[in-house]
Amino acid sequence: MYKYDSYDQTIVDTRVEEFREQVERRLSGELSEDQFKPLRLMNGLYLQLHAYMLRVAIPYGTLDARQMRMLAHVARTYDKGYGHFTTRQNIQFNWIELKDTPDILAELATVEMHAIQTSGNCIRNISSDQFAGAAADEVTDPRPWAELLRQWSTFHPEFSYLPRKFKICVIAADEDRAAMRLHDIGIQLTRNEAGDVGAAVYVGGGMGRTPMIAPLIKDFVPIDDLLSYVEACLRVYNRYGRRDNIYKARIKILIHEIGADSYRQQVEDEWAHVKTLGLDPPRAEFERIAGFFAPPAYDSAAPDTIDRSDPDFALWVDQNVKPHKQPGYAIATISLKPVGGIPGDATAAQIDLMADLAERYSFDELRVTHAQNIVLPYVRKADLHALWQALDGAGLATANLDLISDIIACPGLDYCSLANARSIPLAQKIANRFASMERQRDLGELKLKISGCINACGHHHAGHIGILGVDKRGAENYQLLLGGSGAEDASLGNITGPGFDEDGIVDAIERTVETYRAVRTDGERFLDTYRRVGIAPFKEAIYG
Amino acid sequence: MKIATGSDLATGDVVWWDGEGWSRHIEAAVDVGDAGTGLIAREEAALRVNVPYVIDAEPSPDGPRPAHIKDRIRARGPTVGDDLGIKPASAGAGSWVI
Ligand code: HEM
Ligand code: SF4
Repeated sequence: MYKYDSYDQTIVDTRVEEFREQVERRLSGELSEDQFKPLRLMNGLYLQLHAYMLRVAIPYGTLDARQMRMLAHVARTYDKGYGHFTTRQNIQFNWIELKDTPDILAELATVEMHAIQTSGNCIRNISSDQFAGAAADEVTDPRPWAELLRQWSTFHPEFSYLPRKFKICVIAADEDRAAMRLHDIGIQLTRNEAGDVGAAVYVGGGMGRTPMIAPLIKDFVPIDDLLSYVEACLRVYNRYGRRDNIYKARIKILIHEIGADSYRQQVEDEWAHVKTLGLDPPRAEFERIAGFFAPPAYDSAAPDTIDRSDPDFALWVDQNVKPHKQPGYAIATISLKPVGGIPGDATAAQIDLMADLAERYSFDELRVTHAQNIVLPYVRKADLHALWQALDGAGLATANLDLISDIIACPGLDYCSLANARSIPLAQKIANRFASMERQRDLGELKLKISGCINACGHHHAGHIGILGVDKRGAENYQLLLGGSGAEDASLGNITGPGFDEDGIVDAIERTVETYRAVRTDGERFLDTYRRVGIAPFKEAIYG
Repeated sequence: MKIATGSDLATGDVVWWDGEGWSRHIEAAVDVGDAGTGLIAREEAALRVNVPYVIDAEPSPDGPRPAHIKDRIRARGPTVGDDLGIKPASAGAGSWVI
C-alpha cells in the first residue's frame, strides 16, 4: 500500500488545523452558514436530515487494518457505532457533531486518511477495481496509476473549481467490476500488440438525472503520457463545460452537446500543448510509487486446493470467493448485505473484526467495493475456512455476492436531505421476500440497485433491476427500470411504466423475476434474457 | 398550524421551536402562526439554531405531525433503526411517518 511521504502528511495536517479554525469561527458566529457551508463541504462535512454527515475518502477503495480500526474508532467514539460504505468506495458517518469534526479529522490524519475532495466541484476520490493487484484477469495493477492520479488531482489548483464534480475510475481488466464507463473519465489499462501498457480512455459517462455511458475517446494512450492526456481532457472541460445550469454542467453534457469527435479533437490539440509542459512524471517517480504496490510475500508452497467438505462453507466459496493470480490464494468478498440488514452498513465491532481478519489472513489489506461490500484480496486457500467461520460468527458470511439480495442502496429519505423516497426499507423488504438462498441461487446473477432520488447515488440506471424513488404528491413512489448494467457490457435501464408504492414495487419485482424464470434458456442470466426478449413480456407480467 | 424547525449548530441535532427555545422533541413544538419568518431570522442570527425553516403541520394527540414526510422522518429519526432516532421506538412510530 502507498505510504504518505512528508508532503502528503503535511498537507493533510495543515488542512485539519485550517478547518479547526474555520469551525471555531462558525461556532462563534464569525462565519455565517452561507459562508461556512463551502468550507465544510471542502472537508467532506454535509448537513443531512438528522445530523452532520462526514464522508471520508478511501483512495481507490484500498485500506489497511490500522485505517479500518480508525474507522471503527470514529464510529464508536463520535457516531452511533456504525458507518456506511458507499458506491464510491468511501465511508460515510451519519451522526457527526460539528464541534467534534476537527478532532475526528485529526485522528484520521494520524492514519493517512482525510475527507478532502469528497464533496464539491473538484476531482473526487479515484475509484478502481476492488480486485486490483490480485485479479487473475488483470493486465497490470491499476493502483499505482490510481495513486498517481490521486496525487496529481489533490489540490490541483486548476481543477479545484470545475463546472461540476468529477469522478475518475481506473481498471486494468476486461471484466469491469468498477462501473468504469459510468464515470466522468474511465480508464482501462491494456496492452497493445507490442506488449506495451497503455490506457483506453472513456470520457463523459455518469449517472444522475441524465445518465450516459462514456464513449471511447482514445483507444491507446502510452502509459507514460497518461497524466498529460487526462490533464488535457479536464482542461477542455474546464474551458467549455457549462456553468450556467447545474443540471447541464457535467462533462457528459458537454460531450453530448459538441459530440465525441469534436471533443476528441480538442483534447488532441490541448494535449499537444500540455505534453510540452513536462507534467508526466519521470519513470523513476512512477517506479517509486509502484514500489508501494509490490506483491505481498506470497507463500509459494501454499496448497492450491480448498477443502469443501463443509457444505455451507462450499456455498460461500462458490458465491463469494474469486480466482487469484497467485496459485494457492483467493479473493474473498465479505458481504455487507445480510438479509434484512442495511446495505453497506457495518458496526464498529464488525469493522474491527474485518481489520483483524485482514491482518491475519490478507497481508493487512482490505478493499471497499462499489457494490458496498468489503474484499480481502490475498487469502490463502487453506485459510478460507477459518476466515469464513470467523465471519459467520459476526453475521458477515452471507453467501450472496451478485445475487438479488446483494442490493446497492443509497441512504435515501432515511438520511439524505435530497431524497424523495426511502431506499433502505425497500432493500430490506426485497431481501426478505427473496430470503431463500436456494431461490436466490436459482435466479443467479441479478444486480438490484436502488436510489432515493434522481441523483442516482445508488446506481439505479445500471441495475439489471433498478429502482428510483420519486415523490408522487407528497408520497413515496418507486419506478422500476430493467436492463441496466455497470459492467463491461454497460447499458442503461429502461423504465417499465407507471410507478408503485412500497409493497407494489416488491410485487412487481417478483413478477419480473418469475417472468425471467419462465422464459430463460439454459445458462442465461436475467440480463441476457432481458436483452434477448426485450421489455414487452416483463411489462405484460407486471401491468398485465 | 405552522411550526419552526432547524438544526442545532454545534451538534446538528434536529430541533423544534417550543415557544421559549429549541427542543429536540417535536411534541413540544408550538404554533408560530405568522411570526415564523421573523422568529427564525432572529434565532439564527443569535446562533441558537442553524438553517431554520417554517413548515406546515397538523395537530394530533401525539403532538404536531409535519405535513411533509421528510420532516416526519426528521422528527422520528431514520425509520430503519428504532434505536437511532430521538422519538422513542413504538409500534406506531412507523405508521406515524407514512
Ligand atoms: C447523503 C448525502 C449525499 C448527497 C447530498 C449526494 C448528492 C449527490 C448529487 C447531487 C448527485 C448528482 C450529481 C449530478 O448528477 O451531477 C450525486 C451523484 C452520485 N452520488 Fe451522491 N449524494 C449523497 C450520498 C451518496 C452516497 C451515500 C453514495 C454512495 C452510496 C453516493 C454516490 C454517488 C454516485 C455514485 C453518484 C452518481 C455518479 C455520478 O456522479 O454520475 N452519494 N450525489
Ligand atoms: S440518490 Fe438521492 S436520495 Fe440517494 S443518496 Fe443520492 S441524493 Fe440522496
